[in-house]
Amino acid sequence: MATILTVDDTASMRQMISFTLNSVGHEVIQASDGKEALKLLQGKKVDLVIADINMPNMDGITLVKSLREQAEYKFIPILVLTTESQEAKRQQGKVAGATGWIVKPFNPEQLLTIVNKVLG
Amino acid sequence: MAIDMRQFHQTFFEESLEGLANMETELLHLEKAAANKGQETVAADPEILNTIFRAAHSIKGGSSTFGFEDVVGFAHVLESRLDAMRDGRLTPTRNVISLLLLSVDCLRSLIISARTGKEGDNNAIDSIRKQLENLESEQPSSPPLTVPVLKPPQGTISHWQITFRPHLHLFHTGNDPLRILRELDDLGECRVQVDISSLPGWDQIKPEECYLGWKIELIGPIPRETINEIFSWVVDDCSLEIDRKPMQSLAPRSIAEAVASMDAQAGTLRVSVPKVDALINTVGELVITQTMLSLIASNFSFDNLSRLFAGITQLERNTRELQESVMSIRMLPLSFAFNRLLRMAHDMSQRLGKKVELIFQGEQTEIDKTVIDRLIDPLMHLARNSLDHGIELPAERLAAGKPETGYITLKAYQKGGNVVIEVRDDGRGLSHERIFAKAVERGMVSSSSNLSPEEIAELIFLPGFSTTESVSDLSGRGVGMDVVRNNIRSLGGSVEIATQPGRGTCFTLRLPLTLAILDGLSVQVGDQTYILPLVNIVESVRILPQQVSRPVGSSEMYGLRKEFMPLLRLNELFHVESRSTDFSQGLLVIVEAEGKKAGLYVDDLLDQQQVVIKNLATHYRKVEGISAATILGDGTVAMILDVPGLIRLAHTGTVHATPHAGDSPASSMATPTLN
Amino acid sequence: MESVHALGLKGPQTSDKQFLTFRLDGQDYGISILKIQEIKGWDKVTPIPNSPAYVKGVLNLRGVIVPVIDLRLRFGLVEAERDIFTVIIVANVGGRLAGIVVDAVSDVINVDSEHLCEAPEYEGQQNREFIKGLAQVEGKLLVLLDIDRLVNPESLDKTTAATSVAVNG
Repeated sequence: MATILTVDDTASMRQMISFTLNSVGHEVIQASDGKEALKLLQGKKVDLVIADINMPNMDGITLVKSLREQAEYKFIPILVLTTESQEAKRQQGKVAGATGWIVKPFNPEQLLTIVNKVLG
Repeated sequence: MAIDMRQFHQTFFEESLEGLANMETELLHLEKAAANKGQETVAADPEILNTIFRAAHSIKGGSSTFGFEDVVGFAHVLESRLDAMRDGRLTPTRNVISLLLLSVDCLRSLIISARTGKEGDNNAIDSIRKQLENLESEQPSSPPLTVPVLKPPQGTISHWQITFRPHLHLFHTGNDPLRILRELDDLGECRVQVDISSLPGWDQIKPEECYLGWKIELIGPIPRETINEIFSWVVDDCSLEIDRKPMQSLAPRSIAEAVASMDAQAGTLRVSVPKVDALINTVGELVITQTMLSLIASNFSFDNLSRLFAGITQLERNTRELQESVMSIRMLPLSFAFNRLLRMAHDMSQRLGKKVELIFQGEQTEIDKTVIDRLIDPLMHLARNSLDHGIELPAERLAAGKPETGYITLKAYQKGGNVVIEVRDDGRGLSHERIFAKAVERGMVSSSSNLSPEEIAELIFLPGFSTTESVSDLSGRGVGMDVVRNNIRSLGGSVEIATQPGRGTCFTLRLPLTLAILDGLSVQVGDQTYILPLVNIVESVRILPQQVSRPVGSSEMYGLRKEFMPLLRLNELFHVESRSTDFSQGLLVIVEAEGKKAGLYVDDLLDQQQVVIKNLATHYRKVEGISAATILGDGTVAMILDVPGLIRLAHTGTVHATPHAGDSPASSMATPTLN
Repeated sequence: MESVHALGLKGPQTSDKQFLTFRLDGQDYGISILKIQEIKGWDKVTPIPNSPAYVKGVLNLRGVIVPVIDLRLRFGLVEAERDIFTVIIVANVGGRLAGIVVDAVSDVINVDSEHLCEAPEYEGQQNREFIKGLAQVEGKLLVLLDIDRLVNPESLDKTTAATSVAVNG
């Protein structure tokens, strides 16, 4: 199964996401902000990144940008978490190189549908 | 598959309470900072505002995921207010901060209720929520949270024709066309045709780029939204057309078109086609001129000299036109700024029980986009002021023999290299007596000073001045007229005020057309060249030493036709060795800004020229007396002088009781224009 | 990405350890090569009024206005005559450009972390904040500078407050 990195500053969201993905057999790496995510990755192979946008230290947009600058993560799918009203953030995420977005709030089923879609 | 979400609740409660505690601490810091400075507002550190915002944002996200509807509702209102504060649309006054602190308590109680299942004091919470919703920010709050509802597929069968051409960089976004095709295939009967027309030769193929396109025919009971949804992530990374096959009524708009018509994002400009056409024409002419000149150069003889000069004249004209064309691209009509006032006027007049109509004149006048962006706040403030203090209540107006409805007129027109904007109201006008009394009370002027009505009106631009007894919660947001004047000054403009008791007040704003180019006069001081903005120059004169005097305790003064003005020796000011100390060798350039004059002593006048303004602060910082830098024809850098700043320095150096007498020279120089 | 490595920590790239060395009043100094945009010969600069003496002025670098700092004056040394060896090192710190006038550039060298040590406490008090560490290279002492601090606008401002009050008619 796939290795997925989830980056979110709220522990409850991280728990929910990783529990959901674990339950269908994916391996999940958790990071609490962009900086930590970069530190954990260090060239390690992942199949998908799911990142929140609003985070302290390094936000999701900056994280996407720095990931796309690295050869290992140039083509992997990166999804950002946004709320319904954050049209502008979604666009910023796209410009930074995100593959797509997941609109909050979402439930475990919706998460799995989208993850299956991008992992093909 | 069912995942029991309750297992995550405990973590959510804990981190939310922790977030609220952080938010509280930061808010208290803000309040303390305001109290220490004795100010109503605080210039808050954006990082602090971000931290506060993030706490509310996370709580909203978590509570909506885990289904705590009461928390979601409150957090949403709070978040939108904090967002406004973060964007600068809502000023963090002390009142606002205390309301936010109360909101933290409400949210905390809501979360504890969710955890224990016990109801909190809902009335109190509702009342705080109402107050939050009523907080006036300069834009309507974001639309209420809606949960997206997927429309049930319609029963009618549609025949869709989709042309999907990914841009070369599609793979770099992590998107895979194959995934999209697969999803379409799941929807109904799907026929796909690949388009290899842009495939380059084998030796030129880069494996990282996407050269293929697809034509897709899709038949089934599929609504357009479902297809849009599938392409939503890649809309900006491809050209896409989705058409319904048997043409029905109106030709459907393509997504790309819809996206293009969306509001321009920050940092982009929407340019009308005629402007682009004009630009292309000019470039065409430039190319012709260039061809002509190279032809002359390739077989040059002195017989061709006159043709060469003619060519150069033409080149100059082309360059000027090209410059104008390019500048016009940055120009936007002032209606962009004016329209922002409508909502504010509507809301405010309702709340105050006044009848007011806004009238726009010349709103098609164009001005540089940067200027527009920074003009909105000052205009908003002036209009708000007129509404609050100027326009009377309907009964009062009728009693004064005026129509019940008050008018605020915004009039814009171009005059020379400037755009002039008048904000005029037909209200009660400024009361000179009250202003003077207030200024005396605040120790801004002495009660014995003899000021003209104009000078008294000028007093309202002093920091910390406010004409109402109690700061009204509408216009008195701790931002005074001094801020308006500073904002306009920072754009290289000026504000003047004219008022007639009982008849109304008119503020006149003068702004440069653009911030990028300036008409200047280069002057020589020692071995240095400085640029003086032409708009500030009145005249230049040879100095007669007997006209220079030095009153006790004052700087040098120069008398010109019965008018006395301070004299600034630029060589001393800038520590440059002048060519000579003998006055009769140099020249005095009389400059004017904001109604005040000063004489600048220079060695020589050089040339009148247009210069491109380069920001000094990009890589260095602001410099006193200097507004920017530019690059001269020989490639060297020259400083552009900050004339208003220099004049303020010259005037505050004197002992005369001018409205600016409270300023120390250092503080007035600390606000140089143009950043 | 800004590298936040403490002194001498190994980074993923070797260039982390590469330093451009230059000479100033007989002493060798080094600046991390990652922070250097270009090196150009001494050119006349336009003075900025009321700036600290070590800010020699500004330079037109292909249309960009770049401040130029004389490192000798910054360190409280005597200003040197400009000669054919005088160069301006253009540093790029987080997108901010600044030129630094030095006597001459020498070399680009690798400094292994084992050759690095902290600057001792008794080293010139005033300029110690600009020193990142010391290194022994081929028997010579090399002073590694913290370029971020050196061209940081705040550190430029601090000293100006004192020198610029002289503006008064």
